[in-house]
Amino acid sequence: MSDTIILEVARFNPERGGEPSYESFEVPLRPDWMVLDGLNHIKDQLDGSLTFRWSCRMGICGSCGMMINGVPTLTCESLLINYAPGPVRVGPLDHFPVVKDLVVDLDDFLAKLQKVRPWVVRKDDFKPPREFMQSPAQLEAFHQFSLCINCTLCYAACPVSGLDPNFLGPAAIALAHRYNLDSRDQGVEDRLDIVSQHEGIWDCTVVGECSVVCPKNVDPSLAIQQLKLTATKEWFKSFLLPRGKH
Amino acid sequence: METSSHDILIIGGGGAGLRAAIEIAEQDPTIDVAMVSKVYPMRSHTVSAEGGAAGVAGKDDSLDEHCYDTVSGSDWLGDQDAIEYFVNEVPKELLRLEHWGCPWSREPDGRIAVRPFGGMKRMRTWFAADKTGFHLLHTLFQTSLKYRAIARYDETFVTRLLVEDGAVRGVVAIELRTGKIRVIQAKAVIIATGGCGRVFPFSTNANICTGDGMALAYRAGAPLKDMEMVQYHPTGLPFTGILITEAARAEGGWLLNKDGYRFLQDYDLGKPTPAPVFRSMELGPRDRVSQAIIGEFEKGRGFHGPYGDYVHLDLRHLGEHKIETRLPMVRELCLKYENLDPVKEPIRIRPVQHYMMGGVHTDINAATPLPGLFAAGEAACVSINGANRLGSNSLGEILVFGARAGRAAIEAARNGSPASETAVLAQGRDEERRLEENYLRKTGGTERIAKLREEMQQTMERGCGIYREHNSLVESAHKLDELRGRAAHLAIDDHTRTFNTQLTAALELGFMLDVADSIVHSALNREESRGAHQRRDFTKRDDQKYLAHSVAYKTAEGPPRIEYLPVVITRWPPGERVYGR
Repeated sequence: MSDTIILEVARFNPERGGEPSYESFEVPLRPDWMVLDGLNHIKDQLDGSLTFRWSCRMGICGSCGMMINGVPTLTCESLLINYAPGPVRVGPLDHFPVVKDLVVDLDDFLAKLQKVRPWVVRKDDFKPPREFMQSPAQLEAFHQFSLCINCTLCYAACPVSGLDPNFLGPAAIALAHRYNLDSRDQGVEDRLDIVSQHEGIWDCTVVGECSVVCPKNVDPSLAIQQLKLTATKEWFKSFLLPRGKH
Repeated sequence: METSSHDILIIGGGGAGLRAAIEIAEQDPTIDVAMVSKVYPMRSHTVSAEGGAAGVAGKDDSLDEHCYDTVSGSDWLGDQDAIEYFVNEVPKELLRLEHWGCPWSREPDGRIAVRPFGGMKRMRTWFAADKTGFHLLHTLFQTSLKYRAIARYDETFVTRLLVEDGAVRGVVAIELRTGKIRVIQAKAVIIATGGCGRVFPFSTNANICTGDGMALAYRAGAPLKDMEMVQYHPTGLPFTGILITEAARAEGGWLLNKDGYRFLQDYDLGKPTPAPVFRSMELGPRDRVSQAIIGEFEKGRGFHGPYGDYVHLDLRHLGEHKIETRLPMVRELCLKYENLDPVKEPIRIRPVQHYMMGGVHTDINAATPLPGLFAAGEAACVSINGANRLGSNSLGEILVFGARAGRAAIEAARNGSPASETAVLAQGRDEERRLEENYLRKTGGTERIAKLREEMQQTMERGCGIYREHNSLVESAHKLDELRGRAAHLAIDDHTRTFNTQLTAALELGFMLDVADSIVHSALNREESRGAHQRRDFTKRDDQKYLAHSVAYKTAEGPPRIEYLPVVITRWPPGERVYGR
């Protein structure tokens, strides 16, 4: 096996203009190197202008998601050797505007997170003198949806997000579901109104790619389908019961 | 030049910064508060904390016992008034996080579960499996979104504090996406930028932990306290330095040398028992356990690997169920980064730089000596951690002192008057010129950033690692001088404005070189061994001379000026640190 591998890395700088293109770099192929180590080798040794985000290098901060050979992936936990003999194509996440090279614009995603009211809502303003009791089973009910690291790989995988940038999208909807399912929360009605609106859960066509690419085994697709069910029940209830009585 | 103005500006969007922001928004919604962070807040390094947060919870525990564990853990260098305040406040803060939705692990009856931790005499460490920092950060970030009053400058890199008439008046910062240089004015500024682990070659710390806030304060005239106190965590993965949480030992994991022997019994840490015993063996404090591992390496009883010597952390006897429910991230990290399953194989580990006990000198109110400047979290040194922090005291610290900094900053902002616009803008233009000339328009430099960074890291490890001595420290100090000179000739490949991460890497290198210098000189001056500071040439603790905090002041030329401040002793007079007997 060769001791190097070619990384074809997307380049784009708005100050230079032109279309995004790919540039090839030869990097060492070491058995314990991740794709991120290859990118850092380029930045440190070959071309300091290559631009990408990274931080924790342990799969928890969510910064370093990119397209590797067309698949949304965390570069800090993808062994380079798994792509041997290469070349490996590394690009910015699909479905986001590109700022520069491998960096995409996430402001819109941040706004979507805020939109679903991702905090504990208490209609009764009750604050217990100690902790809210929550059984391990009640914790389990929402736990997997609390594991999202906001890496946005699911948006890059979601065809609906590609077609309609305003689609609330997998991670934001899963986060709404996370709080809805938390026994301490009373905000489910507010959030159902938000996720049921145009460009919310009903836009999802159940492709399920979001759940496939999630590096933390969160299942946003399940969250969306469960929310559709809850929203439908609430919709029927609104016909059967006068408003405000349920 | 773009300018904006707020009552309070928080630098850093991790746990301490977010807690401060929420406190300010809750205490006084009329205060205009903003947060500037070089990454999106949920990327901050708080996210990587694993094991838990200590706060007295059970009937069998007491505040005094948590105080004593922390005081003795600090090798008596912690300030006892600050420790008492911290220990009193932290259970309330952890409860607040519970009310905000933090998914704390639970007992079968629905109460909060607690686990043992190193150096702690009772079970008092609250945890969310082994992703406590991740859950704590996301809970704080999501809760902060409720408060529309909190303005954010995400992905904005602070390069300098603005000081006028001896008071801090705001910052100069680069908006990464556009490269625009901004002046952000404020009546009070809180530094919550975390640690500086990237000064060392082998660290659990994220790429962003470059001591920015420490260096910003230091350059502005605030002293750095106890910088020689550098914590090594006993259990890092050998190549990456990724942290394997102390909770792995708290749940019953064993440390074994190459003969399969639980070697901690040879280092005055107690006798081996099958189940974990508080303040004994694998539940000893981090400084002593890390030093013991180095002892095994020196006796030739470690394993040799491609990345240096290592020992084993064995979890196999805990069984798959316990590992999966209590330590899922440990398993995930081992599978992904070491290609081994801790259910079936022992984990290869070696000590790794983890945390700075030292930081920007503050009083118990999180105030620095510079009017208008506050600091909290790892960037600050109050000090509750002294010469050695106990595992699970830092997540509590960012909450308690983040909130306290928020309240102190409110007072300062109410009493503060707006700065002279012209003076502040002139400083902003000066800084813009410096950035343009030294970096953005600079050509012809020959020194690669990565090369200087690596040389700095190597000299820090060699001269100022777990064990230090006069000669090694002097050598490191000289090397750092050389590197600072060479850093004036950086090779810059990227002269564009948009998201210029080579510019930020260059600025971070400058921050790290200043912080490294304060570490080395503080270590050189402390001629004793205490906690994490172990001198080969002064092997005993010396309370006559060094029951005192070192404070390092930056000087115009040459090494920092080191002074000493007395440690606050209230109820626990200095004594022997006893573990396992």
